[in-house]
Amino acid sequence: MISEIVDIIVYILLAIGVFFNLLAGVGLLRFPDVYTRLHAGTKCTTFGSIFICGSVILLGLKMWFQGSSDGSVLAIHTAGALIAILITNPTGAHAIARAAHRSGVKPFGAVVDDLEGKPARKSKPMKKGAEK
Amino acid sequence: MIEIDTIYMVILGLLILSIVFCIIRVFKGPTAPDRVVGLDTINTLVIVGMIVFGIATSSVIYIDVAIVYALLSYISTLFIAKYLEGGEF
Repeated sequence: MISEIVDIIVYILLAIGVFFNLLAGVGLLRFPDVYTRLHAGTKCTTFGSIFICGSVILLGLKMWFQGSSDGSVLAIHTAGALIAILITNPTGAHAIARAAHRSGVKPFGAVVDDLEGKPARKSKPMKKGAEK
Repeated sequence: MIEIDTIYMVILGLLILSIVFCIIRVFKGPTAPDRVVGLDTINTLVIVGMIVFGIATSSVIYIDVAIVYALLSYISTLFIAKYLEGGEF
């Protein structure tokens, strides 16, 4: 009884995750400029990864309760992978967006750029030691 | 028990379809940041595919590889972004 309910929940979570990952691909193809493509390609994959990893964790816990010692290792390692995805994915997206803006890519159809003219962060010149 | 073979192979096929869309964007992309966005999305989808493959064969080694792949792809994305920005390291 409980086992079938857990199976149905796992199917639903997998379906949601795969749907959002497919939406990421379609959005990456169809959107007009870099920033909207970044929006589709990063947020949708993060959201879909949460659901797919959640389903795998649930399945591992179910295998653990049924007596297999592989299940607990599977669930814990998948939780580690999920934490790695959750930390690294938005940070990388922010770095790409900042690099795209500073390398001069304009948003599609933009009239006013609020960040125009603001100086980029000046990095300190390298100290050459005792030469000068 | 869940039917491992058919369900997980269908899910892997859909993930590969999404990766093909990203590859089309990497080849078509008009500017360099477009290609970087495509590569970043491909990295995340490969991580998810590794996790699904790990549960399909119930072997933990694929999930460990996925963790290391996530951290290394994050470092490479930051490095390429810094290069596009044109700053010093």
